[in-house]
Amino acid sequence: MRSRMAFPFMKTATLIAGLALAGATAARSETVAITGATIHTMGPQGTIQNGTVVIENGKIRAVGASVPLPASVRRIDAHGQVVTPGLFDSYSQIGLVEVNAVDESEDAHSQDDRITAAFDVADAINPRSILIPVNRVEGLTRVVAAPNPGKSLIAGQGAIIDLGGPGDHPGDYLVRSPAAMFAVLGEAGAGLSGGARENSLLRLREAFQDTLDYIANRKAFEQGDRRPYTLSRLDLQALIPVVKGELPLVVGVNRASDIESTLRLAKEFHLKLILAGAAEGWMVARQIAEAKVPVLLNPLNNLPGSFESLGATLENPARLYKAGVTIAFMSGDAHNSRNIRQEAGNAVAYGLPWDAALAAMTAVPARIWGIAARYGTLEPGKDADVVIWDGDPLEITSFPTAVFIRGRRMPMTSRQLELRDRYKDLKAPLPPVYRKP
Amino acid sequence: MTETLRRTAFGALALLLAFTPLACASSSAVSPQAAAPEAARSGEMKKGEKPSQAPATGPASGVESRRAGESAYTSTYQPLPSQPVLITNATVLTAAGERIERGSVLMQGGKIAAVGQSVAAPAGAAVVDGSGKWVTPGIIDAHSHLGVYASPGVEATADGNEATDPDTAQVWAEHSVWPQDPQFPLALATGGVTTMQILPGSANLFGGRSVTVKNLPGRGVYEMKFPGAPYGLKMACGENPKRVYGGKGRAPSTRMGNVAGYRDAWIKASKYRSDWAEYERKRQAGEDADPPDRDLQLETLAGVLSGDILVQNHCYRADEMLTMIDIAKEFGYKVTAFHHAIEAYKIADVLAANGICADIWADWWGFKMEALDGIRENAALLQKAGACVVIHSDSAEGTQRLNQEAAKSMAAGNRMGMNLREEDAIRWLTINPAKSIGVDKQTGSLEPGKMADVVVWSGNPFSVYSRPDKVYIDGALAYDRNDPSRQLKTDFELGIRDSREEVQP
Repeated sequence: MRSRMAFPFMKTATLIAGLALAGATAARSETVAITGATIHTMGPQGTIQNGTVVIENGKIRAVGASVPLPASVRRIDAHGQVVTPGLFDSYSQIGLVEVNAVDESEDAHSQDDRITAAFDVADAINPRSILIPVNRVEGLTRVVAAPNPGKSLIAGQGAIIDLGGPGDHPGDYLVRSPAAMFAVLGEAGAGLSGGARENSLLRLREAFQDTLDYIANRKAFEQGDRRPYTLSRLDLQALIPVVKGELPLVVGVNRASDIESTLRLAKEFHLKLILAGAAEGWMVARQIAEAKVPVLLNPLNNLPGSFESLGATLENPARLYKAGVTIAFMSGDAHNSRNIRQEAGNAVAYGLPWDAALAAMTAVPARIWGIAARYGTLEPGKDADVVIWDGDPLEITSFPTAVFIRGRRMPMTSRQLELRDRYKDLKAPLPPVYRKP
Repeated sequence: MTETLRRTAFGALALLLAFTPLACASSSAVSPQAAAPEAARSGEMKKGEKPSQAPATGPASGVESRRAGESAYTSTYQPLPSQPVLITNATVLTAAGERIERGSVLMQGGKIAAVGQSVAAPAGAAVVDGSGKWVTPGIIDAHSHLGVYASPGVEATADGNEATDPDTAQVWAEHSVWPQDPQFPLALATGGVTTMQILPGSANLFGGRSVTVKNLPGRGVYEMKFPGAPYGLKMACGENPKRVYGGKGRAPSTRMGNVAGYRDAWIKASKYRSDWAEYERKRQAGEDADPPDRDLQLETLAGVLSGDILVQNHCYRADEMLTMIDIAKEFGYKVTAFHHAIEAYKIADVLAANGICADIWADWWGFKMEALDGIRENAALLQKAGACVVIHSDSAEGTQRLNQEAAKSMAAGNRMGMNLREEDAIRWLTINPAKSIGVDKQTGSLEPGKMADVVVWSGNPFSVYSRPDKVYIDGALAYDRNDPSRQLKTDFELGIRDSREEVQP
């Protein structure tokens, strides 16, 4: 639990000034009313013109066209501006990497082939990452921090984190952990299992069968009285909620036939499947819709960049949506997870309804990831992840004017903005090294 | 960017530095045999004007021993047939500084014939109603690897980095370009890209020569080659060369090793150039003289020293760019453009004073150590200092959205209080990259006499929702969003999608 204590005597600016590089010491929660805005609630109230959102104790207290304001409230006039829930990236490495090419700073994958399903990103998340402020000042408030496959088809467990930085207690930023198990099939899966798709499917089947056997014979296993398994005890334990259909299994897969194979595998083991990538998803859209399997997409993925994505098209999101598939967006990036709204805008340019594009970064991932009771729409009682935009949030020239995460107003600064400010006047009397925020 | 983004198994972008060293600038230098005939044939130059791609006077040009091959490797590009076209009533960004509301653009004989508030349609002209549309010059990508890193990205198509020696100035990107790369049609249809400089990768100190092409896939690269465009020489600073060769236990393994490598090569090139000059002098004086042995690597470097080949220098950090400027001073050449130039904003004044273009991404940062200080305001701060700003892609995805990348850069500048407008930002995508690759006399702006490379956008090109409706190359309709007969499909793409699936759902 984050502290909900308010320090009304402390001005936000004071706290901002005290920020270190990745300073996440955001202003404490206070009661705030955002008024006069166009509010896309993404919930049952739809879009409200000239509306008000009241944030109190980290939660949304009220939303509507006409909302009585509490006595002591900081009012933010947002006339002409747009309010949405904080944005969500369904596949990111934020918190797991500082510089991709600097191995020491990268924890998204492991080269240790003894650890597969048990690999858990929650143990490595860095809430003080410099990437967090860079992304949240652009409206991103929550991401799935996902592992990448290293030497195994099963990459491990990802977590949902918020971008509010470190809280008052260890792990405050963990919204849901584990959020899912991640694995790859298709070309990547084949490459990790002897070079053939057949092997990769067999290996996953074997892992699930071993887990089921382990569940039924745990005591015998502990006593050394069971056939050897292909996975370690920790990996088997991590897979238990997957084979029980409790923890989602995210499978990265692109070719239409690989999607079909994955759907069959999920049906065979009663898995709670989520597809990621799905470049050729539109070719098998009806099957995906019938299986009620959600799909995580990067809408900009339109290159026939491999033999498993020859059918890639910018119309993939629109075609999947039209077929009734549940879609959410992912960046697959870390530094520029913030560009997820550019992805969404392009999906609209290529046929996806605007509301569906915004939902694919808010309400829909909230449902897919099982956190809809707390996040995803602007409704009373939910966590106050709220962004005020100076224009259409899907438009690349728009920018947030304020970002709240769990009710706390975030400082609109970052290491990259400090670099900007240091070098914006090259004729300043003292050299850059003396210029500090 | 060959070292840049690739799709992961999840279909998301990831930086896979391990596999492909970053690609960056290209090589330049018009070799004697290639450039001269093209420049002459293109007819783009005014009399007496010395185009940057003019034949070299040094070893590269006028050398008797090379005259045998003079017609080889030249452009055989022919524009598509066209008729006069008048676009009316559109918002026109000329990239010459103007923004014309309800303006017209007339294309005739493959050239821009007139631009203005009201232009009369000549007899027989097709009139395109541009109501609600925006018209810009064709987009120019100064940093592309299409064709040399084609899709699908398999080992067999990875032809962009001759990563076998830190100096491969002797290789030419045009000898790797696969015209059937399906990424060419995407750049045209999604991005409105009409011209691009295709560069070798950035594994080496000297990567080789670039080639500039018109975005109309032909049967061979010479059917695409931009008539009269100068070559570039791709050079690379920083992490890539030292990683690639340090990893092989050879030089360079440090940044100082990089610099020693450049200087050593320029010393040899200087001697090669003077040897040829001496030979020429003797020959013309009627003295007995044997021509020096021809050396492809030194020929390219000598082309830079004689000003015929443009240096396209992949370089991220401010301190390294400053060093590279010093190396250019030592050997008397000019850096035409720093590519990627993540920290260009830190030395914007120096780049402006030296007339060096900064060819940059809008917002890539952090994927490697030398990219850590990338900021969204790079373009805006360069513009503020009066430097030449180019938004480039280095990416087969990014090249399809250069307009959006420029929009982000423009918006970032305006957030810090600047007043950047569409008529400013369009220059970052058209006339400035044209300058950066040496074709600004021929294309890059909507001005009478220039190549009629034109995009009609469905709306403001700096909106995420806008798309190219029509793209003209040399006055001919190369792409039409609503006319399948004007949409490209490479050989590779034939038969790979089931037409029944195409219409699903």
